[in-house]
Amino acid sequence: MSTYQEFIQQNEDRDGVRFSWNLWPSSRLEATRLVVPVSCLFTPLKERPNLPPVQYEPVVCSRANCKAVLNPLCQVDFRAKIWACNFCFQRNPFPPSYAGISEVNQPAELMPQFSTIEYIVQRGPPTPLIFLYVVDTCLEEEDLQALKESLQMSLSLLPPNALVGLITFGRMVQVHELSCEGIAKSYVFRGTKDLTSKQIQEMLGLTKPAAAGQQGRPLAPQDAAAASCKFLQPVHRVDMNLTDLLGELQKDPWPVPQGKRPLRSTGVALSVAVGLLEGTFPNTGARVMLFIGGPPTQGPGMVVGDELKTPIRSWHDIQKDNARHLKKATKFFEGLANRSAANGHSVDIYACALDQTGLLEMKCLSNVTGGHIVMGDSFNTSLFKQTFQRVFSKDYNGDFRMAFGGVLEVKTSRELKVCGAIGPCVSLHSKGACVSENEMGVGGTSQWKVCSLNPSTTLGIYFEVVNQHNAPIPQGGRGAIQFITQYQHSNTQKRIRVTTIARNWADAQSQIQHIESSFDQEAAAVLMARLGVFRAESEEGPDVLRWLDRQLIRLCQKFGQFNKDDPTSFKLSESLSLYPQFMFHLRRSPFLQVFNNSPDESSYYRHHFVRQDLTQSLIMIQPILYAYSFHGPPEPVLLDSSSILPDRILLMDTFFQLVIYHGETIAQWRKAGYQEMAEYENFKQLLQAPLDDAQEILQTRFPMPRYIDTEHGGSQARFLLSKVNPSQTHNNLYAWGQETGAPILTDDVSLQVFMDHLKKLAVSSST
Amino acid sequence: MNVNQHTPMASPYGQPQPGYGQPGYAPLDGGYPAPYAPYNGPASAYQPGAPPQGYSPFTSFPSKAVAANPASDLSSPLDLGPARGPPTSAPPPVSAPQQYNQYSHGLGDVQNGTSPMTQAPPRPASSQLYNQGAASMTGAHPSYPQHYGPPPTMQQVTNQMTRMQMSGPPTPAGPGYAPPQSSQPAVSSSYQTAPQPSYTQAPPPVSSAPTQPPPSSGPAAPQQYFAAPPPPSQQQFTSSHPPTSQPQFTSSVPPPPSQQTFPPSSFSGPVPPPSQAPAPPVSQSQQPFAAPQPPFSSAPPPVSQPGFAAGPPPPAQGSYPPQQPPPSSQPGSFPPPTSAASGQYPTPMPHQQQPPATQPSPYHPGPPPLRAQMPPTSNHLPPGPQGPSCPPGPPGPLQQPHSPQTGYPPQQNGAFGQVRSPQPGYAGPYPGQPNYGAPASAPAPAPAQKRLDPDSIPSPIQVIEDDKVKTTEPFTTGVRGQAPPLVTTNFQVKDQGNASPRYIRCTAYNMPCTSDMAKQSQVPLAAVIKPLATLPPDETPPYLVDHGESGPIRCNRCKAYMCPYMQFIEGGRRFQCSFCSCVTEVPPHYFQHLDHTGKRVDSYDRPELSLGTYEFLATVDYCKNNKPPQPPAFIFLIDVSYNAVKSGMVNIVCHELKSLLDHLPRENPEMDSVVRVGFVTYNKVLHFYNVKSSLAQPQMLVVSDVSDMFVPLLDGFLVNVSESRQVIESLLDQIPEMFADTRETETVFGPVIQAGLEALKAADCAGKLFVFHTSLPIAEAPGKLKNREDKKLIGTDKEKSLFQPQSGFYNNLAKECVAQGCCVDLFLFPNQYVDVATLGVVPVSTGGSIYKYTYFQAQTDQERFLNDLRRDVQKQIGFDAVMRVRTSTGIRATDFFGSFYMSNTTDVELAGLDCDKAITVEFKHDDKLSEETGALMQCAVLYTSCSGQRRLRVHNMAVNCCSQLADLYRNCETDTIINYLAKYAFRGILNNPTKAVRDTLVNQCAQILACYRKNCASPSSAGQLILPECMKLLPVYLNCVLKSDILLPGADVSLDDRAYLRQLISCMDVAETHVFFYPRLLPLVKLDSSSLPVAVRDSEERLSKGGVYLMETGLHLFLWVGASVQQELLLNIFGTPSFSQVDSSMTNLPVLDNPFSQRLREIIDSFRAQRSRYMKLMVVKQEDRTELIFRHFLVEDKSASGGASYVDFLCHMHKEIRQLLS
Repeated sequence: MSTYQEFIQQNEDRDGVRFSWNLWPSSRLEATRLVVPVSCLFTPLKERPNLPPVQYEPVVCSRANCKAVLNPLCQVDFRAKIWACNFCFQRNPFPPSYAGISEVNQPAELMPQFSTIEYIVQRGPPTPLIFLYVVDTCLEEEDLQALKESLQMSLSLLPPNALVGLITFGRMVQVHELSCEGIAKSYVFRGTKDLTSKQIQEMLGLTKPAAAGQQGRPLAPQDAAAASCKFLQPVHRVDMNLTDLLGELQKDPWPVPQGKRPLRSTGVALSVAVGLLEGTFPNTGARVMLFIGGPPTQGPGMVVGDELKTPIRSWHDIQKDNARHLKKATKFFEGLANRSAANGHSVDIYACALDQTGLLEMKCLSNVTGGHIVMGDSFNTSLFKQTFQRVFSKDYNGDFRMAFGGVLEVKTSRELKVCGAIGPCVSLHSKGACVSENEMGVGGTSQWKVCSLNPSTTLGIYFEVVNQHNAPIPQGGRGAIQFITQYQHSNTQKRIRVTTIARNWADAQSQIQHIESSFDQEAAAVLMARLGVFRAESEEGPDVLRWLDRQLIRLCQKFGQFNKDDPTSFKLSESLSLYPQFMFHLRRSPFLQVFNNSPDESSYYRHHFVRQDLTQSLIMIQPILYAYSFHGPPEPVLLDSSSILPDRILLMDTFFQLVIYHGETIAQWRKAGYQEMAEYENFKQLLQAPLDDAQEILQTRFPMPRYIDTEHGGSQARFLLSKVNPSQTHNNLYAWGQETGAPILTDDVSLQVFMDHLKKLAVSSST
Repeated sequence: MNVNQHTPMASPYGQPQPGYGQPGYAPLDGGYPAPYAPYNGPASAYQPGAPPQGYSPFTSFPSKAVAANPASDLSSPLDLGPARGPPTSAPPPVSAPQQYNQYSHGLGDVQNGTSPMTQAPPRPASSQLYNQGAASMTGAHPSYPQHYGPPPTMQQVTNQMTRMQMSGPPTPAGPGYAPPQSSQPAVSSSYQTAPQPSYTQAPPPVSSAPTQPPPSSGPAAPQQYFAAPPPPSQQQFTSSHPPTSQPQFTSSVPPPPSQQTFPPSSFSGPVPPPSQAPAPPVSQSQQPFAAPQPPFSSAPPPVSQPGFAAGPPPPAQGSYPPQQPPPSSQPGSFPPPTSAASGQYPTPMPHQQQPPATQPSPYHPGPPPLRAQMPPTSNHLPPGPQGPSCPPGPPGPLQQPHSPQTGYPPQQNGAFGQVRSPQPGYAGPYPGQPNYGAPASAPAPAPAQKRLDPDSIPSPIQVIEDDKVKTTEPFTTGVRGQAPPLVTTNFQVKDQGNASPRYIRCTAYNMPCTSDMAKQSQVPLAAVIKPLATLPPDETPPYLVDHGESGPIRCNRCKAYMCPYMQFIEGGRRFQCSFCSCVTEVPPHYFQHLDHTGKRVDSYDRPELSLGTYEFLATVDYCKNNKPPQPPAFIFLIDVSYNAVKSGMVNIVCHELKSLLDHLPRENPEMDSVVRVGFVTYNKVLHFYNVKSSLAQPQMLVVSDVSDMFVPLLDGFLVNVSESRQVIESLLDQIPEMFADTRETETVFGPVIQAGLEALKAADCAGKLFVFHTSLPIAEAPGKLKNREDKKLIGTDKEKSLFQPQSGFYNNLAKECVAQGCCVDLFLFPNQYVDVATLGVVPVSTGGSIYKYTYFQAQTDQERFLNDLRRDVQKQIGFDAVMRVRTSTGIRATDFFGSFYMSNTTDVELAGLDCDKAITVEFKHDDKLSEETGALMQCAVLYTSCSGQRRLRVHNMAVNCCSQLADLYRNCETDTIINYLAKYAFRGILNNPTKAVRDTLVNQCAQILACYRKNCASPSSAGQLILPECMKLLPVYLNCVLKSDILLPGADVSLDDRAYLRQLISCMDVAETHVFFYPRLLPLVKLDSSSLPVAVRDSEERLSKGGVYLMETGLHLFLWVGASVQQELLLNIFGTPSFSQVDSSMTNLPVLDNPFSQRLREIIDSFRAQRSRYMKLMVVKQEDRTELIFRHFLVEDKSASGGASYVDFLCHMHKEIRQLLS
């Protein structure tokens, strides 16, 4: 039998699912004692090159409140042509088209290797993708130029039949009409006035669709197209026009007095964008792409006033309740986000500025709708340019790696209930039998809307075992969960992907060992981290940390082997051995620590943390550190200050940053120019090695990380020093009495200290 | 003297009387004799005034007679000759003549006796005329004979009036006035009774009248009309009639003799005539007079002869009354009146004699020859007939009689005109007067119930022409309190220390010293100021004075600017302010020594020390925010809704703007204008255009958020024309295309102005918005309006609400506009109600204009619109202006009328002030004035010129002060008073029922005139209407104001039209109001190259069926073509020989290569050039449907909407006055 490691890997590859526990405790009580809930990371659109979609409709359970999809776990009576739902045990006849079914002629969905299967369904007319650019014009000329070029470039990347629109804003908001010849027309909105969707549609002359929109379904495409034609046009028809239009974009002409920020009406611009799409293409895949070079300074959604002497809010201000506009702006953007999500439109934010741009307030737009957030210093950097380009990357089939209007539904067998999900989703408020009262993350529903998906989009889904202790599950019984994801593929097809998984039940009392060994500490760390981050959005930082600590201690108490009150006797099994270390780094991560980060940065980091898959998430929690030296091939080393040696080059990947750190000696050599000399070719190669590796990472990651090339003593070395475990500090340097490594000037506790405390608390009998 | 002034009126009296008689008498006409008699009766009453004795009665007549005399002047003296009989009697009155001289009207003398002198002082011109008349009468007349006739008319008029009243009572039914007359009974009765009884004839007349009426009036009149019209109507009348009439008169006169008393009175009048008579010319005129008198005498009777009225009147009554009266009374103001009266009487007389049955025919046959004189006669007749016939209408046969008659009369008048134009008529009267004396007697017996003879009441034309003749030298402004020539007169002005009348005209150039006097007289003290008026090329524009950084020198206390009135003292180190007496140090840099007279030696080098008008260059202290102003901007806002596009308006505007933008106002013609331009189109939403020069194509920015207007762009909206020409042209080419297929019918309005305002705010400059708008703004937006036109409210107490804006929104908006210096000009192209009253609030409050093109059609209205637009864009304009009027201690500017906004009680704020805008300022006493220092006023206007320069324009004006009411009445200007009264009334309707406003007007005028009568005129019979020379036209003009569409709308006058006119008039200057209320009507007979034909009075009677007339109202131009017009005229004008081929839809005359056509088109062009708005030419063919419109402007006639005719109104006014006096 394969190890759990392999099992886990296999499941992930096949279904895109990683469970915290791969054996499930069979009763509620036991489940709660396990500390880490039964939960999973689910990647709905995980790329499956070997999974060809089938071209027919899924067969669903006929019970009205079940509607589970026929799957390999179902019992099938080939003679009677009947299948039993494995969730509600309803017996269903096969539809007529399955008449030829037999044990040797089974449809794909009954084959075990198709525990994940994708259907292409024909529902409604295909609707084109929609890209609506919302562009800030309060930029420096250089930035604006770069942005214009990126936008013009992007036109060639869009699917030719995609509809594209343009809204620019500064002090005013302009919605550009793309269909007109001769005079360039645009509709202008004042940047200070909050308008309802209806008003916006009236002002844009879109009142007709409003009536049709009541039907719920997208209007007849002709109508919609006709109504919206002025503002949203197929790329192939207007790209020349639009290229010119973008080329003529001017910096916002209104004068900006000394000591003032430009007036930027981001809120109204977004409101108009959302209103426009709402009125023309409800429930159609659309992407609002917002490009901003600064914070909203007027109107609804204002984050900071236009007086430069008033700095934008910091965490300090927020904690002191000193951020005047925070609540109002947040509320405004949340309202927009919800409207947008309700219509299935996602919002991307591309914020490039040296100062904050109000991501804290606006993050919900992307978080709720599955949009991207990209943060950079300038539009004129490769970070932005390449990231933006990567938005339009294609998969092995030549399809865009994006999907729209996803609805994820979770069905559980009756021993389980679903508590909630954490990820770029919004609740659809679908109450059902499998919905738990106990909410974790976005709960109270078994359906979530994910307006925009890509192959790496991952949700954390949390469950609750509801089986009572006194109702034992029959031996060999298995719990099942079905994920049904409906979405609009980038080629405008409607698709449904169904993943059905099952796990064995285990009695926690008798089979605790098994359960322990089925623990996926990586998934658990990420799932717990998501819970922590989710809490951090609404709670004080210290509370979250305390909660995390308590969970960790309880887990150690549960599964550690120790003698009471003897810390030195404490031991954790292999399946939990890395977990405390993850928690240590999580505690220090920018997801929970706001010190040294602006509110925007925190929001940005958290945004990505709750949507990336497990691997990326782990990198975020505990960055990877590689060492390059003459002593051997590149090797991963401990994320520890002791790893920082003079004759090493370190490559650290924190997901958001790629840091190449040249040790003191290496830096000196490099400065002396040895790499230029033929006889030191090997040094040149050594220098080049991390660069090549970094390049590889840069090529694949979205968003593109910040690339930092630094050396011992360099100011940017701080990115490395802040991440490594401070095993050597100015406090203990002499105590350790070693010359190796680099002392970190910090009062933060090191991993060793953390572990000591953990052991002490875990074995303490008082808790 | 005043009396003299009145005297001119007297003639009118004479006429009026006839007229009165006529009105009711019209019918009586037939019984003219009888009517005459009555008149005589009244006349006698009048006479008393002049010739105390037997005259008393006659005197009144005499007065009439006098009037008649004028007429007679025209008419052949010979005719009068017979009449002269009376004159002989008159001789005794000789003294009277003198009086006449004084009063200008012998009658006046008779009445007032002493005032003669005064007249002269008051107004040289008028007085002169009168004097002349008097002179002529007395013998001095030589030069004046004719005109002078008129003066007497005044008295006559009065007489007539009285008689009118007299008659009135009886005829009540007849003219509208009739009722009033009845009220007068007391007075009139005395007259009547007295006269009639005495006359004994009176009775006869009555009887005769009745009898006559039926026959004569009815048939006769008609026939006459018909017959007469054709042949005599046009030309013959003048000549032929006079004779006949005179003769008749004479004949009639005979009767008078019996009524000697009458004669006497008339004699007094006549007396002068006689003297005149001696003079050949005079004599001629006299004859007519003679005739007139009779009429008078007769007239009263007529009145009294209800029977007459009953006969003819009844039918006529409704409509007739007015008409009837008009003919008689209106026609001839003074001179004419008399003459007319005389003439009429005579004719009547004859008629009577021949009449009843034959009259008609007689007329025709007889008339022709007589006609010249006849006019009067005819008038009489017409009146009679008219009265009755008129109502029926010109059309019907019955009507014909009337109309014809009327027509005839006019013609006759016309004839006279030809002979002597209106004056002739006047002349006639005078001469006639003497004659009248005699005739009067005759008439007296006849008590003919004639109407007032139109020719016998004060004639505007006469006054205008007299003033023209009188004005030969440039008007110098150096003499304090000197009244300038009338606005209708061309004259040159030399600034010698007071502002030119082109800038300031006052109602009174001799203000009463105390408020008591002012109150007593009720004469409004006001000035009409047109601060940026355009001067003719031969006058120097105001000098620009630059006092450097310290700015203009001002009085420390009242802040008056340095002006010629400042007294330098202490060797020139200080100056004493003549407004507030405060002494101020002269700044060292301004110091200058004084000469021996106490004047600065440099006073003639400095405009501010020697001129009435000059400009100062303002310093930054006078600028908003202490910053020099930015150059102004013009923003064009064009409605592109369905209606706008369909009517062709959008296309026309866009096309025109392309060339028009080269003509933006500038001060230096060599330079490009600094005015920037911007463009907006709109329907339910607004479209702004970015026309930055760097763009290849304009950009359109649509603002749909009309509830909260803002300007979507800064850079590129307001641009310099020369820099962005290509983009602008491209835009203007594309706008019509872009909206060619629009289906949008709703529009907004408030946001449009807000948009322009915001744009100016954003650019931090002042400017002007040109809004081209088509429909009621019903789209959801601020300033949204609903259709509230409700004809049912008209005439009720709620009517006033229709003139008030629907909501306060536009008032607030206007306030903001003014604060920014944003002037709004509104061009309306409505197809239905657009609520001008509300839409106009902003234009009116910001010093802008409203132009309205109802049912705009590109083809026919394009020219008018484009010319208006061109002129509006190009004209000189100042922005962000503040006007303040400072006055010397004792009076204070208390009220202002015009297009502006006031946030306090003293500063008139004008966002824009152009060269056509006038502001009327009313003054009230707050203390005593002194006769020595007079009253000073200084009007200072601070404004930004179109080149962006901040300037101060200062107008100084000094007038005399008087402690005698007579001086006041002698030196005021009726045209200006009317301007004030109209503005006052039109503002009044905002808050008062229209009827109350009308009553107030009438009442005030009655008080003015009654005060004169009571305090200035020599004692005379209460039955006499005595008008001050300077104000003798007050009744006719006031009647025009009362009849205007605003105060008395016809059924077809929309609420919008009224609101439009109301706002239009509020910023008119005197010349514009004058022609607006009393249109200029030119007979196109012979056009010589140098001068215009003499105008005729605005009455249908004056139109000859065979003629072509050009009428100018300031807003419209009509070319009236008589039904039997001569072919030659048609060929000359239209190039077609046939009346039926004249295309009445043409708006421009064909260009024909003949002198007549050339000259006519020249005249039309020059008229258009004179007015601030382009007048579309409308060709009106007689009997055509469009004639109704034209008739509306025949303001001396009764109007279709119920407005009184001149004659009726004069009667009414007389009644009012008498009531006040009693």
